[in-house]
Amino acid sequence: MLTILFDGVAYGMLLFVLACGLSVTLGLMNFINLAHGAFAMAGGYCTVILVNNLGVPFALGLPIAFLVAALIGGLFERTLYVHVYARSHLDQVLFTIGLVFMAVAGVDYTMGSSQRFVQIPEALQGQFDVFGIGMGKYRLLIIVICGLLTIALQLVLAKTRFGSRLRAAVDDQRVARGLGINVGAVFGITFALGSGLAGLGGALGAEILGLDPTFPLKYIIYFLIVVTVGGTSSITGPFFASILLGIGDVAGKYYVPKLGAFVIYAIMIVVLIWRPQGLFARSAAR
Amino acid sequence: MAAPAADVPAYLKRRARWSPLEIAFWILAFASIWLFPGKYLILKDTAILALFALSLDLILGYAGIISLGQAAFFGVAGYFSGLVAKHGIIEEPVIALVCSGLVAGALGFVTSFLVLRGSDLTRLMVTLGVSLMLGEIANRFSNITGGADGLQGVTIAPILGRFRFDLYGHNGYVYCLIVLFVCFVLARRIVHSPFGLSLRAVKGNVLRAATIGIPVKWRLVSIYTVSAGFAGLAGALLTQTTAFCSLDVFSLERSADLLLVLIIGGTGYLYGGLIGAVIYRLLQDWIADLTPQYWQFWIGLVLVVIVLVGRERMAGWIAAARAVAYRVGARLMPRSGAPLRTAADMDR
Amino acid sequence: MPILETIGLEKRFDGILAAHEVNLAVEKGARHALIGPNGAGKTTVINLLTGLLRPTAGRIVLEGRDITDVVPHKRVRLGMARTFQINQLFLDLTPLESIGLVVSERLGAGADWWRLVGTKSAVTDEIVEIAERFRLGDVLHERTAILPYGKQRLLEIALAFACRPRVLLLDEPAAGVPEAERHELLATIEALPAAVTVLLIEHDMDLVFSFADRISVLVNGALFVDGAPEEVARDPRVKAVYLGEELDV
Repeated sequence: MLTILFDGVAYGMLLFVLACGLSVTLGLMNFINLAHGAFAMAGGYCTVILVNNLGVPFALGLPIAFLVAALIGGLFERTLYVHVYARSHLDQVLFTIGLVFMAVAGVDYTMGSSQRFVQIPEALQGQFDVFGIGMGKYRLLIIVICGLLTIALQLVLAKTRFGSRLRAAVDDQRVARGLGINVGAVFGITFALGSGLAGLGGALGAEILGLDPTFPLKYIIYFLIVVTVGGTSSITGPFFASILLGIGDVAGKYYVPKLGAFVIYAIMIVVLIWRPQGLFARSAAR
Repeated sequence: MAAPAADVPAYLKRRARWSPLEIAFWILAFASIWLFPGKYLILKDTAILALFALSLDLILGYAGIISLGQAAFFGVAGYFSGLVAKHGIIEEPVIALVCSGLVAGALGFVTSFLVLRGSDLTRLMVTLGVSLMLGEIANRFSNITGGADGLQGVTIAPILGRFRFDLYGHNGYVYCLIVLFVCFVLARRIVHSPFGLSLRAVKGNVLRAATIGIPVKWRLVSIYTVSAGFAGLAGALLTQTTAFCSLDVFSLERSADLLLVLIIGGTGYLYGGLIGAVIYRLLQDWIADLTPQYWQFWIGLVLVVIVLVGRERMAGWIAAARAVAYRVGARLMPRSGAPLRTAADMDR
Repeated sequence: MPILETIGLEKRFDGILAAHEVNLAVEKGARHALIGPNGAGKTTVINLLTGLLRPTAGRIVLEGRDITDVVPHKRVRLGMARTFQINQLFLDLTPLESIGLVVSERLGAGADWWRLVGTKSAVTDEIVEIAERFRLGDVLHERTAILPYGKQRLLEIALAFACRPRVLLLDEPAAGVPEAERHELLATIEALPAAVTVLLIEHDMDLVFSFADRISVLVNGALFVDGAPEEVARDPRVKAVYLGEELDV
């Protein structure tokens, strides 16, 4: 049972790294980015090419995935997304769905439609046996990396100037602008970082989640569930939401295989009935 | 200065009258049965898509509810109608159709309470989530639904005992077209009723709507249920005319394509879904000739371009085109006049 | 017995007391004005009265009936309607449609889905009557969005009036109305039927003193002074509050 807990936490933390960018984007600019999964996919395929085809070591493949996804994110933000910020939610939905379709078809064309795997170094294969808990080495790595990232994110938010600017802008954009905070720049950097994290998550998660051109479409619902349940006004909300969903999903699939996948949906529906703004959101609505 | 009391009812009635353009549209639609004998399958697909888009227009164009989950109702009714036919529970297709619509409507009613809570995002989430979840259920219970292979072995009895579904699709098309027309008339009636007016008010200013005594939640629940029913009818029509139903009825792509159809045609005047469906199918045919596999890429590009160009600008073009069309129609049939009259007209 | 009463009404927003121990009593048929400096909480009181905000303490009584827990759209049916400080109109509908909508809802015909709009003569007759009272007859068929501001303000009040309320709450009706259109607006407010009780929030002192038969002054969320216009006008504390003078007590 503890193995399931362990796997669930690993899955949850992976979900968190993938989804936190979406949460901040939504909370910051009230922008629904359904194409978020495409950046994760970019990171995943980038690592696949680097590690499998170009022989780059896995340890290097991950940060490069982050950088590549962040660069693509930043580029798209400045050239495309910036035109739709002021639009209605419907327009944002249409726009980002259009981008996803293009990304999915584009990747299908260039990389083929079969599922890809990253060649994980030998050191990370297999598992440790700690007090009778089977800890997969790869999953342990995921927990460690994601845990460190989460701590780093919290530190950035709480201790750095950029972090306080970001928090101010999330809280009230107009007032932040009035204080001289360059909200546009904050958003650009945040979007790039969020995309980068998604890319890193995609690279890390290729083994567990499966990487193929339909990845963004398959997983966007999970990211949205994390954001809905966790709320958009903090990092801790989505974090706990992801852990909850990760454990729920893994446990559900193990104990009730026929209906396991519904645990995630069921949690979403229950939360939305009980607290439409999310479990951890502030009570003040925007 | 003031419009005489007699004028107001007459004015409103005139506005609700079928314009010559509308009559021409439906004449052409029914004439297509004889005009395009080789194209029944495409026409039938278009009619089903049009009904599906009409269902979305009712909630998006008239009540302002963004939904990515109409596919849920489409799919549930699709499987329902297939299963009742396959297992001989309901033999007569028309009765099965009506029942499928009711089932979809019931699902719409139940999920409406969830959909109406919260913001645009939660609405998107819930609608998308419900349809994907239903897709998962259909996948899991593959012993009933056929899973990834789809529902096999469905045979549909002749309509009303007389009209068989033939290979060329003639009867299938007429069937779909009639259902579309009936649903359209119903939708038109609803939209021009006090109920429809209250929906437009809710969409325009929900705060004021509540403070003038409109029970907003119940109005939205009602239209959402009706819309779900229409979407269900479309889904059942697809299953009945193809004798098949597969998991992609629940997919995100289907809901997204539906949004695209409605955006192309325009929302809020009922014909948007119909016109959009025609344009979409033509587009699909044309693009499929160019690059058969990467249709999704071009659809994505169209969506991105439409949004960047601006839906208001496009709506402006559509409105300008409609204004021209009305003027042409008015000149052809001078007595009925254009639906929208200004105060200056009234004083004449 | 007052037609509308608040008892110990309080609204707290996370530490800010927007309304505190508000005991307002509006007599039937009164022309009651609620005045006070900016930020005093006047709109908060209206929002509490109409149900858009829930009070953290206190009760609201309309015609002897406790409506503290009644949802906004039901309060309208119980006879209380309001206008908004910033116009809340249906911009894509015409005044004809907007007024028709309100009347239709009131007559219980708002949910009719099989009947065409305009086929109930009770509704259409009333639309014309209200349009004439609010001088909207010549713009009945124009889209609300393109109406001049004065006409929009008149429509704003017309919509509330069409609910045939027994208590009408007007939130700064003259706000932002250009000089040329004020006369029409003020005359219309003066001409409201005597049977309708009016609670008016206003900054325009001319309107207040010419219209009101009772004035309540709200300062920092609490009722400061309450009485006939002459008393309030003479009260040095009121002057101090508005002009910021030191209180000589």
